[in-house]
Amino acid sequence: MTTKFSEGVVAESKRSYIHKLAKEGMRIDGRDFDETRPIKITTGFIKRADGSALVELGDTKVLVGVKIEPGEPFPDTPNLGIMTTNVELVPLASPTFEPGPPSEEAIELARVVDRGIRESHTIDMEKLVIEEGEKVWVVFIDMHILDYHGNLFDACGIAALAALNDATVPAERFGFGEDFKLPVVHYPVPVTFAKIGEWIVADPNLDEESIASARLTVTTNEEGKINAMQKGLFGTFSYDEVKKVINRSLSIGKKVRSIILGGENGEEN
Amino acid sequence: MGMKSDIKLIDDNGLRIDGRLPNQLRPIKMEVGVVKRADGSAFIEWGGNKIIAAVYGPREAYPKHVQESDRAIVRARYNMAAFSVDERKRPGPDRRSVELSKVISEALTSAIFVEKFPRTAIDVYIEVLQADAGTRVAGITVASLALADAGIPMRDLVVGCAAGKVDGVVVLDLNKEEDNFGEADVPMAIMPRTGDIALLQMDGDLTYEELTNAMEMAMDAAKEIYQLEIKTLKGKYGGDNNDD
Repeated sequence: MTTKFSEGVVAESKRSYIHKLAKEGMRIDGRDFDETRPIKITTGFIKRADGSALVELGDTKVLVGVKIEPGEPFPDTPNLGIMTTNVELVPLASPTFEPGPPSEEAIELARVVDRGIRESHTIDMEKLVIEEGEKVWVVFIDMHILDYHGNLFDACGIAALAALNDATVPAERFGFGEDFKLPVVHYPVPVTFAKIGEWIVADPNLDEESIASARLTVTTNEEGKINAMQKGLFGTFSYDEVKKVINRSLSIGKKVRSIILGGENGEEN
Repeated sequence: MGMKSDIKLIDDNGLRIDGRLPNQLRPIKMEVGVVKRADGSAFIEWGGNKIIAAVYGPREAYPKHVQESDRAIVRARYNMAAFSVDERKRPGPDRRSVELSKVISEALTSAIFVEKFPRTAIDVYIEVLQADAGTRVAGITVASLALADAGIPMRDLVVGCAAGKVDGVVVLDLNKEEDNFGEADVPMAIMPRTGDIALLQMDGDLTYEELTNAMEMAMDAAKEIYQLEIKTLKGKYGGDNNDD
């Protein structure tokens, strides 16, 4: 996210080192260019939530809680449930996060994760109608950053999908029949890339992120479709670079998806 | 994207509801120097979009802590007028406009020689007066014209254009109905001289082939819009004139 203050100074001294490594095909933490950091997912972490997942992507740690409550449908979609997405960059997670209303970084992050889930139709919204035009289930996806070491886009995207997949619609609590599993029918996975000099690496860590000239997140689903993209930062990409990044995202996304799904519904590679 | 609809967006002859071919732009008109008080300004009519942009700066950046010692900061503010859409929009920034302001600021920064103006801010105000889909790409296009009008040195003009998919067909420059009921939207902005992509977003459901088709369509059209931008600037400043 922001590269200001102390992190910027550290980054400046590491810049040439990271560039030098990249030239030799290496990264500061020893990964290959397309290798993500280790992913650890703990679902059901928050019992009070209707679905939750604590995700560690290397040292980056995010917690997503899903709450599901009855609410009014939007007038133009009386027969569909509703989802909303929010991110809190709480100051506990990084010296660069400040308390207060959501920063533009937090808003962008939430909207990019939201887009991946919404556009892939992850949740079967037609199954979330209680009474058409009157009452539908509203799915709140709240993302809490607990430790910021780079690439919140992927950590949040993974955690949101895992939490949704873990979620139960609490129908009994509200007197609308039996609880049922939230109908998750697609599995979008964002993969973020950082451009460092002329090299492009997947899942940038904090050091890489702080010196990256440009960022590109590509969210793909289990059918090999592309559901969302978001370019960020002050640099640019050539069209060839974008095409390669999309292809890399498809293959990395596949691996990440099978980790999220624990092999159950995941593709076997 | 996404509401399902019974409206047929592509007819039997392959034409769109406004009569365009899949790879055809809506009509575009541009003008520079429309806000006399600003350092640079421009107006664009793009289909049903009417968007005005004004540039102030480079000027000393306030508050001081936002200053960068080695470059100018570029602060684009994308704002929709309350009356710009069918249902009145509550005035002021919402989450969408905050995000768009951010990506537009970043894209414009990539074009401007910001290192020439340390500790300053270049403020770019984009006001959407009438919205008809594609406001962010029209907005960044008119903003880059306003920056040129302000005499701010840039690597190239930044040209925005979007493509997407409606009724299973990849199409250029979605209009309102296509945006509401289409299957995907890919807004882009490029610097045509080098082909560098400064802004890229996408939402919807596309195969790799559809996505690359859409991107190529948008980039080709951007070159067309680029010529229009150059013509507009030459119209005001003269083609062979070295003064500016």
